[in-house]
Amino acid sequence: MIEARQIAVTFNAGTPMETPAMRGIDLTIPKGDFVTVIGSNGAGKSTFLNALAGELRPDSGTIMIDDQDVTNWPTAKRAGLVARVFQDPLGGSCANLTIEENLALAHARGKRRGFGLSVSASVREEFRERISRLNLGLENRLGDRMELLSGGQRQAVSLLMAALQPMKILLLDEHTAALDPKTAAFVLELTREIVSERNLTTLMVTHSMRQALDIGNRTVMLHEGRVVLDVRDEDRRGLKVEDLLHMFEKVRGSEIDDDALLLS
Amino acid sequence: MSQIAFLGAIEVGFLFALVALGVFLSFRILQFPDLTVDGSFPLGAAVCASMIVVGIDPYIATFAAAIAGAGAGVVTAWLNVRLKILHLLASILTMIALYSVNLRIMGRPNVALLGETTVFSPLESLDMPMYVSLPIALAVLVLVMKLALDWFLNSEIGLAMRATGVNPRMARAQGIHTDRYIIGGMALSNALVALAGALFAQSQGAADVTLGVGVIVVGLAAVIGGEAVMNTRTIFRATIACVIGSIMYRLAVAGALNSEMIGLKAQDLNLITAVLVTLAMVIPGMRMPFRRKRKGGASS
Ligand SMILES: Nc1ncnc2c1ncn2[C@@H]1O[C@H](COP(=O)(O)OP(=O)(O)OP(=O)(O)O)[C@@H](O)[C@H]1O
Ligand SMILES: [Mg+2]
Repeated sequence: MIEARQIAVTFNAGTPMETPAMRGIDLTIPKGDFVTVIGSNGAGKSTFLNALAGELRPDSGTIMIDDQDVTNWPTAKRAGLVARVFQDPLGGSCANLTIEENLALAHARGKRRGFGLSVSASVREEFRERISRLNLGLENRLGDRMELLSGGQRQAVSLLMAALQPMKILLLDEHTAALDPKTAAFVLELTREIVSERNLTTLMVTHSMRQALDIGNRTVMLHEGRVVLDVRDEDRRGLKVEDLLHMFEKVRGSEIDDDALLLS
Repeated sequence: MSQIAFLGAIEVGFLFALVALGVFLSFRILQFPDLTVDGSFPLGAAVCASMIVVGIDPYIATFAAAIAGAGAGVVTAWLNVRLKILHLLASILTMIALYSVNLRIMGRPNVALLGETTVFSPLESLDMPMYVSLPIALAVLVLVMKLALDWFLNSEIGLAMRATGVNPRMARAQGIHTDRYIIGGMALSNALVALAGALFAQSQGAADVTLGVGVIVVGLAAVIGGEAVMNTRTIFRATIACVIGSIMYRLAVAGALNSEMIGLKAQDLNLITAVLVTLAMVIPGMRMPFRRKRKGGASS
């Protein structure tokens, strides 16, 4: 369960480059919701996810995860609750560490790290077993450096890393955007499996209207740092891609008239 | 080159291998360009020598020197992660401050250790000359340190430190408090450098406030030189490269100074070092048939 209350963030406040990226986002996401987040470039989607992950402290507002106020927790402290996959396939792993070392980093997420060997024979077996389920043939390449993998392979491993330890929420920021259609579909299917297997609370940013409606049970549209659309279950099933596109145009075209933005 | 000059170069090479390992930690593992080294090396010498001349056990004095070095590393890291001062500048500030601190510790520009008992005194009773036993003793010490560092960097904590250097955003998302790892890594790095300073003072028989000039460049020369001659894909190999680089550097310097033909003198050392480092940085970029592509430093 995520509760965001009146989250506001302004970049470069008080300078000529002032950018209000979030202007009071209010969103309650019950446990088990899979929310797809859409919105035009610069709408504030990544900023919102960064605020949830702790990379960015909001200027005002509060963030609760499972009834804990985490607003002032740094990213590392939230890592026991939050797992994320970045848009950039390079972003979610360490390129010059090996696959098994990257997995070991994620394996220790939310746990105390010690002076014991990071990749012991027993965890290596566990990694081998888990990574073989991706059917990418990576189980024999655990010692290869991450930078040798393709973007799709890396995103699949990033997802696996996110799922290695228990968590409360999963944040996905356009994690299939850099992939070819076939690989994207594969990574998306993997996402679905992990989310349903663990009954995770998930936010997934996407630019594909198709994906936004097909995946998950709820869709939220952000525009200029506000929630302008929030549909779920029954209501959402009736929506078509054209409807979403239409709404997009409506918010774009009526930027001056703020009242017209409330579409839902 | 005479045998004594050769062994002398090997001895100093092993000593500075400790500096190289420290510089490898800051520059390569944490990707933190750290010039504190020029201050923490003489700091180690100053702390150790000042303690020895007042009669403190040399082992305790050497250990205290390493702790003092760790303190210097913490100050630099703290200036960077807490006060958000650019890493290079933070390290320069600490380095400058340490010049005064070192003078304060010693109470004068240099402290002689002639006739004092040092950690190397037991070697005098061996049945071989010091110029042979000293390099051997240092080689053993460096080997132990290298293996300890290898083990550390492959531990969970060490792996988290490497991730902090490579991809801090990802590291934080994995629950790694990157600030703490930077502070810890810088402490370890400068402790190694101060240890080298303490041993250097004891082997040379004096601590001097000017000892530190150019230590960072020598350390870098060793790290980069080592990387230039061997593949450093694993931690195990990368730390060997530091040691080999350090010895190569000393031999190159000794060779250059000893060949009458070129006519170089001791005061040319810094110029030679700068040229060697530049060459070591440029040559790997050119296509060399005996070298494989190197990218992004160490991993294992
Ligand atoms: N670190 C930053 N400094 C200054 N401005 C920023 C920063 N990060 C984001 N912004 C600005 O905040 C606004 C929202 O950016 P954000 O990255 O959240 O958009 P987005 O919805 O993720 O867009 P996209 O679909 O292009 O990824 C943009 O105007 C952007 O320029
Ligand atoms: Mg974005």
